[in-house]
Amino acid sequence: MSKLQLITKGILKENPTFVLVLGMCPTLGVTSSAINGMGMGVATMAVLILSNMAISLIKNFIPAKVRIPAFIVVIASFVTIIEMLMQAYVPSLYASLGVFIPLIVVNCVILGRAEAFASKNGVFDSALDGIGIGLGFTLSLTVVGAVREILGSGTIFGYTLVEDVMPLIFILAPGGFMVLGYLMVLFNKIAKR
Amino acid sequence: MQTITNISQEILEAFASSEVITTPITLTAIVIGAIFVNNVVLSQFLGICPFLGVSSKVGTAAGMGMAVTFVMALASLVTWCLQEYVLEQFGIEYMQTIVFILVIAALVQMVEIILKKVSPALYQALGIFLPLITTNCAVLGVAILMVQKEFSLLMGVVFSVATALGFALAMILFAGLRERLEVEDVPAGLRGVPIALITASLLAMAFMGFANVVPLP
Repeated sequence: MSKLQLITKGILKENPTFVLVLGMCPTLGVTSSAINGMGMGVATMAVLILSNMAISLIKNFIPAKVRIPAFIVVIASFVTIIEMLMQAYVPSLYASLGVFIPLIVVNCVILGRAEAFASKNGVFDSALDGIGIGLGFTLSLTVVGAVREILGSGTIFGYTLVEDVMPLIFILAPGGFMVLGYLMVLFNKIAKR
Repeated sequence: MQTITNISQEILEAFASSEVITTPITLTAIVIGAIFVNNVVLSQFLGICPFLGVSSKVGTAAGMGMAVTFVMALASLVTWCLQEYVLEQFGIEYMQTIVFILVIAALVQMVEIILKKVSPALYQALGIFLPLITTNCAVLGVAILMVQKEFSLLMGVVFSVATALGFALAMILFAGLRERLEVEDVPAGLRGVPIALITASLLAMAFMGFANVVPLP
C-alpha cells in the first residue's frame, strides 16, 4: 500500500463512521452542530495520531498478554493531555463537548487502529494511518453535524441560512439517529460506484 | 489497617451523608430521570456500540443489560471512593480519565474471575458479555457524570443502577423491534445498520414523551 493510499483509505474505503461503523457514541452525541462535530473529530484525530505513533514505538516491549491494558493507558494519557489543552485554549468547545472528551478513551476507532495497525507497522506508517482514519472520522462528523445543524436550526458553522423556525428534532436525539441512518445509505450508494 | 477502618467508616457515613439532602423524593426523581427522561442510550448517546451490536435477540440483549447493571453499580461505587479518597485528597483530579478506565478494566476482569469460581451459572449467563463491557462508554461515562454532578455516594449508586436499568430497557425494546424487522422486507440500501439507526430514532422519539416528567437532578 502506498503512502498516499494510507491517508486516503480512511476517507472512503475504510471510513470509520459509515463503513466500519465504529465510534458511534461521539458521532451521535456531539454532532448537534458542524463546529462541534469538527472539534470532536480533530481532537480524536490528534489522539489517534499520537497514540498510533507511541504504540508503534513501544510495540516490541509490550508483552502480548497485557497489550490491551497497555494500549488503553497510552491512549488515556494522550486524551488527558488533549483534554487539558482544550480546556485552556478552546474553553467554549470544551464546555459543549462535555463528557465526550474523556470518553475519547473508549472510542473503539482508536483502540481498533492500535490493535490492527500500529502494533504491526512502523512509526511513520502508523502516523499516516492515524492521519487518514482521523481525517475520515473528522469529515464524517463534520458532515453529520452540518446536516443536523442546517435541518435543525437553519445555520451552518454559526452562519444563518434560513430565518424560519426549523424542526428542532434534528438537533435532539431522534434526529441524530435518523440523519446518520440516511447519510449511511447515501454514503454506501456513492461509495459503491 | 487503621486507615482502612477509618476509610470504611467514612464510606458508611458518606452513604448517610448529610451534605446533600437525600430524600426518597430526590432518589425517585433520579431513578425516573435516569431510566426514562435522560435514557442513557436514547437521549445521551452513551453505549451505542453494544446497543447496535448486541441487540439482534431479546435474550442476549437482556443478558447484556444484566451484565452492565452489575458492572456499572460496582464501578460507580469504586470510582466514587477513588475520586473522594484518592484523587481529591492528593489534588490529582486530572488523572481521573486514566485511573477510572484502568479501574473499570481491572474490575471487569475481576468480576469475570470471581463469577467463574463462585457462580458458574451466572458466569454462563453473563460471561460472554463481560469483556465487551470494558469498552462500553456508558460505564466510564456514568462514572464521570457522577463526579461532575457532585452526587453523594448513595445518590451516585442509585443513579448508576437506574442508568444501567435504562440501558437494559432500551436494549430489550430495541431487540424486540429488530426481531420483528428480520422478517420484514426492507429496501436493499437500508438493510443492516441504517434501518437499525432509523428504528432507534423512532424509539428515541417515543422516549421524548417523558421529557419534563421529573425535574432534573
